[in-house]
Amino acid sequence: MSDLLKMTAAQALSSLSKKQISSVELTTAYIEAMEATHELNNYVTSTTELAKQMALDADKARADGNAGRLAGLPIGVKDLFCTKNVMTTACSSILNGFVPTYESTVTSRLWESGGVMLGKLNCDEFAMGSSNETSVFGPAINPWSARDGEALSAGGSSGGSASAVAAGAALMSVGSDTGGSIRQPAAFCGVVGLKPTYGRCSRWGVVAFASSLDQAGPFTRDVEDSALIFSVMAGHDAKDSTSASMSVPDFSEAINSGVEGMRIGIPGEYQMDEMDNEISDLWRQGRKWLEQAGATMVDISLPHTKYALACYYIIAPAEASSNLARYDGVRYGNRIEAETLDLMYEATRASGFGEEVQRRILIGTYALSAGYYDAYYLKAQQVRRLIKQDFDTAFSDVDAILTPTTPSAAFSLGKPVTDPITMYLNDVFTVPANLAGLPGISVPAGLSKQGLPLGLQVLAAPFREDRLFSVARTIELQAQFSLAPARAAGELQ
Amino acid sequence: MTVDKNAVKKIARLARIQVSDEKAELLSADLGNILNWIEQLEEVDTTGVEPLASVNEHALPWREDIVTDGSITEQVLKNSPEVAGDFFVVPKVVE
Repeated sequence: MSDLLKMTAAQALSSLSKKQISSVELTTAYIEAMEATHELNNYVTSTTELAKQMALDADKARADGNAGRLAGLPIGVKDLFCTKNVMTTACSSILNGFVPTYESTVTSRLWESGGVMLGKLNCDEFAMGSSNETSVFGPAINPWSARDGEALSAGGSSGGSASAVAAGAALMSVGSDTGGSIRQPAAFCGVVGLKPTYGRCSRWGVVAFASSLDQAGPFTRDVEDSALIFSVMAGHDAKDSTSASMSVPDFSEAINSGVEGMRIGIPGEYQMDEMDNEISDLWRQGRKWLEQAGATMVDISLPHTKYALACYYIIAPAEASSNLARYDGVRYGNRIEAETLDLMYEATRASGFGEEVQRRILIGTYALSAGYYDAYYLKAQQVRRLIKQDFDTAFSDVDAILTPTTPSAAFSLGKPVTDPITMYLNDVFTVPANLAGLPGISVPAGLSKQGLPLGLQVLAAPFREDRLFSVARTIELQAQFSLAPARAAGELQ
Repeated sequence: MTVDKNAVKKIARLARIQVSDEKAELLSADLGNILNWIEQLEEVDTTGVEPLASVNEHALPWREDIVTDGSITEQVLKNSPEVAGDFFVVPKVVE
């Protein structure tokens, strides 16, 4: 079973269907890898007994000729998705011990298709963070190490989801992306991360952060696997009123169609002063690759880009302050007893929410409060429309947009960020897609001088994930990126 | 923009989060910095721009007004810190 962890999902499916391997063998290899990489702190709950049972069931279904599209593939789930009878905490102490009695739509679809659940993955508390350091369980660690050996952040908020796939502790995983929480950790860990169009994947059963921005998406080893699992996750769900009632196309053609004749935009505003040189170099390289593959590169302008972060840091906290009002110590989670109902609420929430979550709830409450609503919340919503209009204009001329995913490679853990705004700047290239509801993908494209993965981001018009896959696959073929982090499970090193 | 200690306490009260005087002091600096940074939005001319609440602007879907689930009292109460019979228990609110 030496090569089990090296297989992509597509390769594993092919071996499973030829009876060369069984899901029980594959799943066992992943369970061993989870144990071997335990110190990376990727999983906050492992469900190994459940995984073994699901693997047996998948093997049986395959033998009976009833194999689903993901039958037998081991998958990790961000601890933000409610999983029936499996503790779900959003990595917050306020949800300590919460065991959902229902399953999120997205994860239901995975299991109905034969996917095997390995466990719940670490993330920033309520998905609020860009380094996984706000998790009550401590940060997920990047399996890649800097030359000096310092432990690096896996990124966030879906740090555990990215790190597990890079470390060989999950074949694929799911996360969520509100401002870059899939694409940034994917770039930091050297894996493919997809944020689908807003409305593609149901938000039902996903712990809500900012409902107009949240979107579920997958982490995979390559672009083909991304399309595979995405096509299972996506689709209309009557239980989410913002779910798009559009059919999900077959992406197998898009993956191999290349970029010949495509027009791909390079937004001048994404060339930022504070960006590392190696990021600019990688971006230039990406442009060349696509040109060589027959695409026409077009300089475009997205004039409101520089306001996206400030706009996001009103809208997301405002929605969060409203969504997180439900954690009141009455219906679920921890309660701190107090004399009166109000004091009980206040004590429970002060003790249950971490610092960054409290900060965002307070900013959001402020922005929505009487006297400030127009100046902050309404203003941010107006700027949001201008940002969306920038993209609408761009996509009337180009088929896709190419940008870096992050302004730098993964940073060290343990250098506490004293200024929250410095942390917010990590999301400068990813936040606009959430504000405009666009699909975006991060694909690993090279290494920094320190030997760390760097990602390129591709954006497309709403519901054109097919174009993301065409462009990202082209970059993947040219980049020939090799996933070989030092701290991965045995054979992936 | 400054958010003084009293303003912090007022917001924290609205958000039902207990904040000590000491903590309010720290938060006052934090929130002030963040709001100052956010004020760059004032540079943008938004005259006549319709606010965008969600990219999903089509009307919410309608469905038949029928019961789709229910009779799951046990599930609803399952994760509550304190339950009596079929009820959530909270501190006394009526004298």
